[in-house]
Amino acid sequence: MTTAIIQFPGSNRDRDMIAAVTSISGQAPSLVWHTETALPSCDLIILPGGFSYGDYLRAGAIAARSPIMDAVRNTAARGTPVLGVCNGFQILTESGLLPGSLMRNATLNFVCKSVKLSVANASTLFSSHYNQDQVIPCPVAHHDGNYFADGETLARLEGDCRVVFRYADGTNPNGSINDIAGVLNESGNVLGMMPHPENLIEDAHGGDEGRALFTSIYASLADKAA
Amino acid sequence: MGGMTEFVLPPKTFSTAFMGPNKGMIFNARIVVTLKNGVLDPQGKAIEGSLDALGFDGISSVRQGKVFEVELDASSKAAAEKQCTAMSEKLLANGVIEDFAVEIG
Repeated sequence: MTTAIIQFPGSNRDRDMIAAVTSISGQAPSLVWHTETALPSCDLIILPGGFSYGDYLRAGAIAARSPIMDAVRNTAARGTPVLGVCNGFQILTESGLLPGSLMRNATLNFVCKSVKLSVANASTLFSSHYNQDQVIPCPVAHHDGNYFADGETLARLEGDCRVVFRYADGTNPNGSINDIAGVLNESGNVLGMMPHPENLIEDAHGGDEGRALFTSIYASLADKAA
Repeated sequence: MGGMTEFVLPPKTFSTAFMGPNKGMIFNARIVVTLKNGVLDPQGKAIEGSLDALGFDGISSVRQGKVFEVELDASSKAAAEKQCTAMSEKLLANGVIEDFAVEIG
């Protein structure tokens, strides 16, 4: 299974993502610079974390308008899974691939710690290796992770079970509405999440609960290919 | 005792339109982006708290926004306004959480 990781000026979790993808899929990902206009042939696209363009204007706003994003949008429309983590999630909302917006944390503080995540929908291609309502630890590190969507959008997201991860046990670190930590697009092939599963894939990280997210994706891709 | 140094503000530049090199006129636009009503603004709240601590009475709300000053070349004021509206919709404002207003000088 081949993975493309998009790199923007200011991406800084791309190396963590490369390590996670290489370890879990057994294949090194292709790295794609944001000025490219085409993607290599790939089964999965990942937008990693960081601070693209120094979060100028709004987090993810400028990266979302970079040349490669048209290719990401077109490939996503054909059903290829897209995962955006942290700044990647911000870029996906700014590019219109996911609804809502990520605002400044309600506390105004940058948060860097472990939170609890509840798997609110374990029937997605990104979460099938978790159990429904399973609670896992996961690190977060962000300043703009306060998810907001208007009432109508929120009702649709909740009604269609498109909230995949929720902050659990009172650990919402940013004021996100409905404790939302990760949401899916309507077709179910684009997931954005603020926490960093790629930073929880081996014992040296303090746990490997993030692996199941990646194994879910690669298993789903293998099923589809079979 | 030198007395007070007079601080002179630069003149406002966006009242004059003059001929530009390409389409006709250079306009100075001001685009103000604000959070929509109902969207929580923790930064505005923090500023409000700080103003209160400084002893400013009677403030019932502070909302933080952004101002963009854009110099652009357009064939008319209406064309400049149309351009600024398009750039606000495409980039300067996020329609999920923000409103914008365009002023052309």
